[in-house]
Order: sequence, then C-alpha cells, then structure tokens
Amino acid sequence: MTTAAIIGSVSGVAMTVAGVWGGQRLVEQRGGGAIWKGLAVLLIVGATVAGFLSPVPALPIVNESIRNLFFHVPMWFAMIMVLLVSVWYSIRYLREPSSRLDVLAHESAKTGIVLGLLGLATGSLWARFTWGAWWTPDPRLNGAAVAMLIYGAYLVLRGSFQDEQQRARVSAIYNIFAFAAAIPLLFVLPRLSGPSLHPGQTGNPGFNQYDLDNTMRKVFYPAVIGWILFAFWVAQVSSRYVFLKLKHDEQ
Amino acid sequence: MPLLREISTLLAKDFRLEWRQRAALGGLLLYVGSTVFVCFLSFSLRGGTPPPPAWNALLWVILLFAAINAVAKGFMQESPGQRLYYYTLVRPQAVVLAKIIYNALLLTAVALLGLFLYTVFLGNPIQDLALFVANLLLGAIGFATTLTLVSGIAAKAGGNGATLMAILGFPLMVPMLLLLIKVSKNALDGLDRGVSQQSLLTLLALNMIVGATSYVLFPFLWRG
Repeated sequence: MTTAAIIGSVSGVAMTVAGVWGGQRLVEQRGGGAIWKGLAVLLIVGATVAGFLSPVPALPIVNESIRNLFFHVPMWFAMIMVLLVSVWYSIRYLREPSSRLDVLAHESAKTGIVLGLLGLATGSLWARFTWGAWWTPDPRLNGAAVAMLIYGAYLVLRGSFQDEQQRARVSAIYNIFAFAAAIPLLFVLPRLSGPSLHPGQTGNPGFNQYDLDNTMRKVFYPAVIGWILFAFWVAQVSSRYVFLKLKHDEQ
Repeated sequence: MPLLREISTLLAKDFRLEWRQRAALGGLLLYVGSTVFVCFLSFSLRGGTPPPPAWNALLWVILLFAAINAVAKGFMQESPGQRLYYYTLVRPQAVVLAKIIYNALLLTAVALLGLFLYTVFLGNPIQDLALFVANLLLGAIGFATTLTLVSGIAAKAGGNGATLMAILGFPLMVPMLLLLIKVSKNALDGLDRGVSQQSLLTLLALNMIVGATSYVLFPFLWRG
C-alpha cells in the first residue's frame, strides 16, 4: 500500500465518522436548520441540472449514461451514512433505553431502505441501457440485494413483537449485529471476487478514471453532500412525525 | 477461570440434554439423510452423478437448511423460567459462548456426516480433499456463530421462530456462503491453494467479527 492510499483511507474513515456524528446532530435538531436544508435543496437541484447539462468525456460502452454517476452513487453514499446513523442510535439505545432513540433508529433505517431502493432502481435502469439487462449476477448487485434483504428482515422482526420495549431492544441488537456481520463484507467481497462489469471494477471503463476528470468531480462531490443532507432531513421529518403521533396517542 | 468452568458446565448440560432427547438429534440426522437421498433419486433420473457445480451448490444448500434446523431449537426449547434460572447462576457471556461451541460441534458433525452420505450416494468429485474439509469446518463454525445469536433473537420474538430465523439469518449468511462456495469450488477443481488463501482469511476474520459481536450483544438480549 502506498502512503497516498493509506492517507486516503484514513481520511475516508475520519470523514465518515464526522459525517455520522454531524448527521445524528442534524436528525435530532429541534427547529432551525434552514441553512443546511436550503443547502441540500440547492446542491441536489444544482447537481441534477449540472449533471444533465455539463460536458462529460465520451468513453466507450458508457457514453452519456455516465451521467448516472451524479445520481446513483450519491444515493448509495447517503444510504450508508443514514444506516450508520441508525446503528449509532441502536448502540445508544442499548446503553440507555428510551423510546425516542428507538424511533430515531427505526426511522433512519427506513430512510436508508428508501435510498437503497432508489439506488437499485437507478442502477437497474442504467444497466438496462449499458449492459442490456436489468439485473446481472455481479458482486456489487448481489451485495446491494443482500443489504436490502437484511433491512427487510429488520422490519419483519420489528413487526413480530407486541411488547414495545422488547421490540426496541431486540431490533437494536439485530440492527447492530447485521451491520457488523454483513455490511463491511459487501464492500470487501466485490474487491475479492475479481472481474466485474460494474464501473470502478475491472472489465469496464471505471468511474475511478473519471474521478480524474475535474468537471465531473465538481458535480459529483456536491451531489454526494446534497444527497447525504437530504437523507438526514428525511430521517428528521419522519421521526418528528412519529414523535407527534406518539404524543397524540398519549393524550 | 470461572468463565471457562461455567462454559464447560453449560456445554456438558447441552450434551446431556441432547442425549436425553435423542428424538431431536435423530430427526436432524434423518433430515440430512433424507435430503441427500432425495437428491440422489432426482439425479438418478438423468443417470448417475450430478456435474461438480451442481454437486457443490446442492451440498451447501443441504448444509444451510440442516444448520438452520439444528440451531433453531437451541434457545427455543428453553422456557422463560429456565432462562431466568440460568441467569441467576451464570453470566450471559458464558451462555452464548457455550451455545456457540456446542452448535459448532453439532454442525461439524452434521457437515461431515452430510459429506459422507453425499459421497456414498452422489460420488465424490473433490480433488483437494484436505482444503475441502477445512473449508467445511470453517463453514460449520461460521454458521454456528452467526445462527446462535439469530436464534436467540428469534426465540425472543416467540411464535413462528423457525421462519423468523430463516428470514433473519439467510441475508446475513449470504456473504459467508459466497466465500464458502467459492473456496469449495476451488477445492473441487483442485486449484492451487494460493488461489483460495485470501477467501479463507476473510472467512476466518468474518467468524471472529461475528463471534465478538455476539459476545458483546448477547448480554443485552438476555436482560429482558
């Protein structure tokens, strides 16, 4: 491993930790927040417009479909961030149980599921026009499907409890266990399994080549930040809705 | 080491219980035997043994379902009163470690028996037997570590425990299964062992992650 690669992965981890910490602050925020929400709207709208209009390098196989980088990849980034926030709430729940933390973990996980489904849909559409098939047995695609199955199982598990405290505790445990046992592997396995059609892997012009293209970078990074902020926003709104519903039920 | 003593006592209890209720153990062995026999009958229609890729896939599917059935009864056959009684006697870490070791031994036995029956009925196209068996043992231990905590979770939910266990457990086991099937394919084809090294190391690391997470999380599960 080169020094640059080590610095790259360390700063990646640091940015993820900072993102999760900031994310849980934003999700829990009571009021205010016009600035970051405005920024989220601005970045997503801007990245969408620029994503369709800005010039892209014409490369074989992908051609114009490369623009999916501005939509598909930020969705997965946002999914991972909001799921990490969910795990963070589950860990906090186990340390000091409260129905508030349970709601936050649940709503963050649901937001992650929505973003994952969006990522699957955009990826599938892209694959139809680039590879000629909606779904291929590619390691990345399998990993995405497994992640969705895990969170589907999480929802089923939540549904099978009557007692609220028990539901909160057991689903927090499953959330942490599933994340620790499966999610890291979904990043490791595609790298282990050799040839893959997915961009960023071998066998196809990869997006890592385009990362060197500065115009694409200028659209890609704002899109990532915008989608991540949007995910926190959705999690915040949906958990506020549940808090209101709980309060209403109490009265 | 009080923890080790607690684990060995719990292990002895599990073995004694298994021996007293031989119906469950017999049922498990019969399950493996009859699935292999059904496979044999289905393949004999087309004359002879299945091609190696099908052989490999079927073996792992049989072992996966046998493992779910074997581990499912672990926590579910214990009543809440029994659990409370253990809670007063031993620490939860001892309970989960003992259960993982017990399930690992049980699944190792099931896997080896499955391989033996498979060889008898469907032939044995394995070219690197040592690697295959080592991979099989890693698989048995991995299934045991993953499914033990999942069965504890499913037991808490009550009701349809076995179904819930399959729903919760399968997605978690897919990454592990992919690695296992890949290594066993390499062993079947007699590829150089260096090819499988990275996957085997990942499997080992995965077993350790899952074991450590179970160790940390189980006390929380037990507290209820």
